[in-house]
Amino acid sequence: MAGRARPLDTDRIVSDPSTITVTLKLYASLGAFLPAGHARNEATVSVRDGTTIDALLDGHNVPRESRHLVLLNGHFQPPAVRGSVKLKAGDALAVWPPVAGG
Amino acid sequence: MGWTGKILRVNLTEGTIKTEPLRMDWARLYLGQRGLATKYLVEEINPKVDPLGPDNKMIFATGPLTGTAASTGGRYSVITKGALTNAIACSNSGGYFGAELKFAGWDMIIVEGKSPKPVYLTVIDDKCEIHDAGQIWGKSVWDSDEWIKKRHQDPMMHISIIGVAGENQVLYSCIVNDLHRAAGRSGVGAVMGSKNLKAIAVRGTNGVKVKDGMRFLKATREAKKVLQENAVTGAGLPTYGTQVLMNVINEAGAMPTRNHRQVQFEGAHDISAEAMATPRKSDGQKNLLTNQACFGCTIACGRISKIDEKHFSIQNKPQYWHASGGLEYEAAWALGSNTGVNDLEALTMVNFVCNEQGLDPISFGATVSAAMELYDLGLITKETTGGIDLKFGSAEALVKCAELTGKAEGFGKELGLGSLRLCTKYGRPDLSMSVKGQEFPAYDSRGIQGMGLTYATSNRGACHLRSYTVSSEILGIPEKTDPLATDGKPALVKAFQDATAAVDSSGLCVFTTFAWTLNDIAPQVDAACEGDWSPEYLMELGERIWNMERVFNNRAGFTAKDDNLPPRLVSEPAEAGPAKGLVNGLAKMLPEYYQLRGWTADGVPTNETLSRLAL
Ligand code: SF4
Repeated sequence: MAGRARPLDTDRIVSDPSTITVTLKLYASLGAFLPAGHARNEATVSVRDGTTIDALLDGHNVPRESRHLVLLNGHFQPPAVRGSVKLKAGDALAVWPPVAGG
Repeated sequence: MGWTGKILRVNLTEGTIKTEPLRMDWARLYLGQRGLATKYLVEEINPKVDPLGPDNKMIFATGPLTGTAASTGGRYSVITKGALTNAIACSNSGGYFGAELKFAGWDMIIVEGKSPKPVYLTVIDDKCEIHDAGQIWGKSVWDSDEWIKKRHQDPMMHISIIGVAGENQVLYSCIVNDLHRAAGRSGVGAVMGSKNLKAIAVRGTNGVKVKDGMRFLKATREAKKVLQENAVTGAGLPTYGTQVLMNVINEAGAMPTRNHRQVQFEGAHDISAEAMATPRKSDGQKNLLTNQACFGCTIACGRISKIDEKHFSIQNKPQYWHASGGLEYEAAWALGSNTGVNDLEALTMVNFVCNEQGLDPISFGATVSAAMELYDLGLITKETTGGIDLKFGSAEALVKCAELTGKAEGFGKELGLGSLRLCTKYGRPDLSMSVKGQEFPAYDSRGIQGMGLTYATSNRGACHLRSYTVSSEILGIPEKTDPLATDGKPALVKAFQDATAAVDSSGLCVFTTFAWTLNDIAPQVDAACEGDWSPEYLMELGERIWNMERVFNNRAGFTAKDDNLPPRLVSEPAEAGPAKGLVNGLAKMLPEYYQLRGWTADGVPTNETLSRLAL
């Protein structure tokens, strides 16, 4: 996808079966927590297989109280499951602070 | 109190202006604005009246909290029979016009008949006059606003105006006040144009009295604190505006794209709130300059934008070089993902044109999208469009269409009919993404099931502001429900419809309800208005208003058959995203909804329901 940041360690990822890549999308004020060089509020990141939603967000310092709307492949993940739902290769995790519109 | 207790009745056929006391017995039952003005309208017009004929009336109505110290207390509505829909119409606007009308001493203005020549109205405190509008007929909203202020030597006037779109009776033309706020939907601008009424300019120098001043100040102060401390109304909306939804709804797979052919738009990010706040590649400047508030609003969700002066759309068009009302989510979606155009500057320019000429950007964008699908299918050609290459994704075509439609020139004349009449003309009414003739707003109901029922049953045709279940289904306010499920949605839709009807009758903005419930609103109404106003009573009042609107529509000729969705949404499954494989489950929801409403299986309120609601 045009403009998407490429993982810095692509070669290692391919050769390490315990590492997967997922797309992390952080919107509105949370954009500041994306890795440097990202574009369009998203970045491809590599994580160890078995990483949970909360662990990925912790790793990027996204404040817990700001994780309001958390969509995994478009499906809402309530706070209670974020510590147990494990990410799979190719997943897209999108997170917003409290927002609304109309 | 809260109310001024006075209304103006202007008969344009006879050129007369009368004043009369407000029916306080009705105010107790319908509160103000949407509810109370609808009561006046249904009492005074035949539901079968031609919306563009002299027998239709239009009412410019405030609520009891309009012009008070309540946060967002600046709203007013235009109530009439809609030109686009032939149904009850109530279009709500912010800005400063509503508060100014209250300061001048009036709860509402009822406009009757048709003037033999173009006129405008001034209301300066208790002095109301009809003036010749010959010199501004044919002029834009912006030029007319300036001309009227100069003519009356009063830059403090607040003016509601139709552009050339309303004069030409484009069926989805709107009424613009304060240059870029609008009573947008259902073609209220065309009704005003049909009466040869160009504008209403108001100036008021009085305050608004409330029942218990100390209690009112306390109630409004506490309610403002709730807005301020709430993360959505205190930070999210002022910073990002409604446009923050672009990526949310796209990610959730409910973004209508290319006339609802798809439910996700690959260019969504390019036209989102995040993009508006990022410096442009072309000139290093941001599209978004600042946010802006309507009268008395402590949220301030409005957008002020400036287009890159080198952008193709505004070359040699200096009227668009200044900062003006920027994209809200509804405009950005309709003009953008629904047409497949991801050029943020072009969308901003077209949004400016909509304000300048008085077009509803939702219906305009959706009509262009429908025309693009007709073009894609070969049902219309360059010959029909006057040479416009009306391909999905063409910013040039979109800009051209915008410039032609308000003026009713060339193919713009056909676009001005709205999508249903246009698609019917070319043999494919099913390609009009509308209900009761009014185009959908920005949520595909395959991905947000409750919105299908919302659209199908909305009294003013497809509309998100009649019951915004997106709030619950996607945003989790007041509590999260599953957007892909139909269970529980009939009750959710009914509750949102009734509560919203009450808010729309108060003078407050419905965006407060991301933080407020009726428990926050009732104490403010109760401190301002005579009588007792509990949250429960407001809910009952909302239900009464909903049923009154429904009865009007039934008498106008609508039946249960009109509580429907276009075939695409109930028979073509979503192709991707969370809703992949799903259609909208309207058939599952509608019977339960009728039952909850106390209506027959044919969607008619029973006598028992009507008498329970004192109708
Ligand atoms: S919340 Fe937005 S639309 Fe509502 S009154 Fe405030 S600025 Fe206007």
